[in-house]
Amino acid sequence: MQKFSAFSLFRQALGAHQGWKPQWRSVKPKAAYDIIIVGGGGHGLGAAYYLAKQHGLRNIAVVERGWLAGGNTARNTTIIRSNYLFDESSSYYEHSLKLWEGLSQELNYNVMFSQRGCLMIAHTVHDVQVFKRHVHANRLNGIDNEWLTPQEVKEFCPPLNISPNIRYPILGGALQRRAGTARHDAVAWGFARAASDMGVDIIENCEVTGITRAPSGEVTGVETTLGPIKARKIGVSAAGHSSVVLGMAGIRLPLQSNPLQALVSEPVKPAFPTIVMSNTIHAYISQSDKGEMVIGAGTDSYVSYTQRGGLHIPAHTLEAITELCPMFRRLRMMRSWGGITDNTPDRSPITAKTSVPGLYVNCGWGTGGFKATPGAANLFAWTIAKDEPHPINAPFTIERFRDGTLIDEAAAAAVAH
Amino acid sequence: MLLIKCPYCGERAEVEFANGGEAHIARPADPMTLSDEEWAQYLYMRDNPKGLIAERWRHAHGCGRFFNALRDTRTDRFVMTYEMGQPRPDVTPEQAAEAAR
Repeated sequence: MQKFSAFSLFRQALGAHQGWKPQWRSVKPKAAYDIIIVGGGGHGLGAAYYLAKQHGLRNIAVVERGWLAGGNTARNTTIIRSNYLFDESSSYYEHSLKLWEGLSQELNYNVMFSQRGCLMIAHTVHDVQVFKRHVHANRLNGIDNEWLTPQEVKEFCPPLNISPNIRYPILGGALQRRAGTARHDAVAWGFARAASDMGVDIIENCEVTGITRAPSGEVTGVETTLGPIKARKIGVSAAGHSSVVLGMAGIRLPLQSNPLQALVSEPVKPAFPTIVMSNTIHAYISQSDKGEMVIGAGTDSYVSYTQRGGLHIPAHTLEAITELCPMFRRLRMMRSWGGITDNTPDRSPITAKTSVPGLYVNCGWGTGGFKATPGAANLFAWTIAKDEPHPINAPFTIERFRDGTLIDEAAAAAVAH
Repeated sequence: MLLIKCPYCGERAEVEFANGGEAHIARPADPMTLSDEEWAQYLYMRDNPKGLIAERWRHAHGCGRFFNALRDTRTDRFVMTYEMGQPRPDVTPEQAAEAAR
């Protein structure tokens, strides 16, 4: 692997940058691996990386139906935060945030993690009470979160309109200063490059069409469009297609796949210093390093795998954003797209063993999986390597829906992911 | 935005409707005898098919009535809508091919 540094940049410059090599190996699948990860997005590539890095395993393949990180890794709005209400969730997301803080150094790859803060705006008395509860719960868990008055909100993010005369006036906000954004592609590329360097095979354009099992029940490999591949363990990290892949092993999941849309504006000069989220009126905006306003819209209500969605969904969020930030009213939107999110009934993920021996799943991240990329990858790798969950992801089982131990972030926390 | 044919009011825009999730999930006839696993299947587990789905819709800003629909989740094309209480209709190969197009 070519290490990136000021020195290597200088040396390559002397050769007119003709000496850079591909960052990961392009391979044909071998006949058998110890572990196959299904899904070459950030979570899957990260799991392969941590399996190699932390657990010393080498005979690993990542199989990806399309191209690398072309699904939800390429389609999200890149928000990273850990200000969740419940102990189980906040420790999971905080584990991830801590990994983000050292990720560029660890991978020798600039993931452009920018801790610009995430400001969750309150518009009603209920919002104020809920967010203050969040602030207190987070601080008890050692996670930074603080309450801002409307004037402090305005000082921190000047484009916001704090007039009391708008339909949903700003009554304050909860600010997590360590929250931020990152370059989504770079995370996947960084993991792929580091994993490939340790011997992980990354196989693109290889769709899994079946999961083969021994008569005793355990997995023996996968059928793919490039032929069968044997494996002792299979980790499925297939986001919106998790139901489809696990259905091949006869497992039903508590998931619904819905389109989630996002859109970006034309690029403008730096104008928006932080991430602003409003759950009540559904605004969700930050500015990318390229200058585009990155806007997350809502979820379409129906099950779909189309990676599209209705135009009324982004229109709704633009109405909210133009009321909160009147100066964006003449901003032109450049692109919009959809990704397929796998939503659980309690809006918390599943990172767990399944009822099939040797088959593991990391799914249910719904509308908020990007922030968890290194954390989920790290804990999924642990779960696969040790055949048991890490204490942090132990509550995030499929069985919680049978046992009634839901982690009900959706209802209790009013979290827009 | 989807164009949805309410069996009672005709074709209307999606914003008039509320989606009600997968259809034909029967309420348990004898809830007291259900195991935890059976409750989980009824309450939470879903087929989430990539292909034809039978789903419920409610014409919330219209007649207010529930009905069912068959739709292909790969294209979002509807095969048909039908009234509550009817069994899931059979689909001809031509209808399925048209919806998948």
